[in-house]
Amino acid sequence: MKTITVRYFAMFREHAGLDEETLTLEVATTADVFGATRHRHGSAQPNGHCKVAVNDVMADWDSPVSDGDTVLLFPPVAGG
Amino acid sequence: MITLTTAEIRPDELRRQLFDPAAGAYCGFEGWIRNRNEGQNVLRLEYEAYEPLVLSEGEAVIEEARLQFPHLHAHCVHRTGLLEIGDCAVWVGVSSPHRDEAFSACRYIIDHLKVRLPIWKKEYYEDGHSGWVNCEQCAKHGAAAL
Repeated sequence: MKTITVRYFAMFREHAGLDEETLTLEVATTADVFGATRHRHGSAQPNGHCKVAVNDVMADWDSPVSDGDTVLLFPPVAGG
Repeated sequence: MITLTTAEIRPDELRRQLFDPAAGAYCGFEGWIRNRNEGQNVLRLEYEAYEPLVLSEGEAVIEEARLQFPHLHAHCVHRTGLLEIGDCAVWVGVSSPHRDEAFSACRYIIDHLKVRLPIWKKEYYEDGHSGWVNCEQCAKHGAAAL
């Protein structure tokens, strides 16, 4: 089990009803973390257009996560 | 350089930072808040950004442009917070020795900023509803999962 801090932004934050939370999870990758939070908050948002970062560095959905990491979940972006 | 601001963007002041005796061309892009999107009347927009990664990803985009177009000066400013119709939400300015590189670099930078930076906008509509741009449509259309 790993202790992971998850931060939510924009639509994700509204769905989860919080900015961040620290969870104890059986996860190996960022995709696992995303899946665990979707299950937890019942979000229907697919992750095909979403982005993820680990400890303030952009990551991929197969990037590994370690105990103590902060995973940032970004819904589809819309700058400009 | 890329910066976020809650203050009004003033392109005429910003472009002065790009003056260079070796530059023969300047190209600027301003993104404005418009009053319609996806068939709905928009009253205002709210931008949210995650600054640490906006700055690092934005600098990466500008560096990519510099590698393609040497002797380039580039600067981008993006607004956050509540914006009204007609407000400037984003400005990209570049200067370079010749116009071809200026046009191309400006286009490269704005196109990549829009799809790579962690910035989100929420539209507030005339009928009282609101929605996150790209998120609601993405969920509605059931975009492919992993």
